[in-house]
Amino acid sequence: MARVVVDVMLKPEILDPQGKAVHGAFGRLGFDGVADVRQGKRFEITLDGEATEERVAEIRKAADTLLANPVIEDYTLHVENGQ
Amino acid sequence: MKIGVVTFPGSLDDADARRAAAVAGAEAVALWHGDEDLHGVDAVVLPGGFSYGDYLRAGAISRFAPVMESIIQRAGEGMPVLGICNGFQVLCESHLLPGALIKNHHRKFVCKDQTLRIENNTTAWTSDYDANHEITIVLKNQDGSFVADEATLDRLEGEGRVVARYLGNPNGSYRDIAGITNERGNVVGLMPHPEHAVETLTGPTTDGLGFFTSVLKAVVAS
Repeated sequence: MARVVVDVMLKPEILDPQGKAVHGAFGRLGFDGVADVRQGKRFEITLDGEATEERVAEIRKAADTLLANPVIEDYTLHVENGQ
Repeated sequence: MKIGVVTFPGSLDDADARRAAAVAGAEAVALWHGDEDLHGVDAVVLPGGFSYGDYLRAGAISRFAPVMESIIQRAGEGMPVLGICNGFQVLCESHLLPGALIKNHHRKFVCKDQTLRIENNTTAWTSDYDANHEITIVLKNQDGSFVADEATLDRLEGEGRVVARYLGNPNGSYRDIAGITNERGNVVGLMPHPEHAVETLTGPTTDGLGFFTSVLKAVVAS
């Protein structure tokens, strides 16, 4: 079974309050030298069979319409074979 | 005159929205997210709450509910639609309104009486207010920060589509925007809650009632 991974991140110009909270915790815990933290979402989508071009295109469509909101987010998609 | 109020899994303010519609003099009709039939309503309210637990993004999953297919179609034909709080998020996710709503910049839930200025009193939902009327209604949200790119913000302001602006920005919304409308003025999204301010017993004011009386007139006029 093949796996398609979609990583979603807020666009760079959009404030990320969750990332800011995590960044604050870094400092409080003594992890110094961290300039910024941004938090995203990772979706691991396991297919029933092989990741054909057609099926990956379907997942890309799902990423465009459901997994990411193009107004505020960018995403990357890659296929992991042999899982 | 029937105002439909949609209940999604996780809606909280659907009962208050129905009550506000009734207080304004309309017949309130409960609509169910899984039923695409709008049961002959003349206008629709998408209420506040945490539909689908805000999973993925606030409003992202509700946007694909069967009832939304009908609402998106009827909104395109001019039916008045008001999205309050989570409903505003659903309208943005549905692309009936531009922009998006992200977490409050201070990362805390906010719950307070909030003063707004009504800047567009020509929409289906705001015609009962005077221009630049200041109202105080309840604000309660987690993902209340309105964001959009600069070009979209400029367009919204240039076309007079900012319906309400915060006096004192409570959540980091760009340009203090609390509510916007579509080009036609029938679809309005608003982060604060007019349905919680229709009776003095339970609300800070009755300033919210105007949204519901406005739409009565809009429907009668059409």
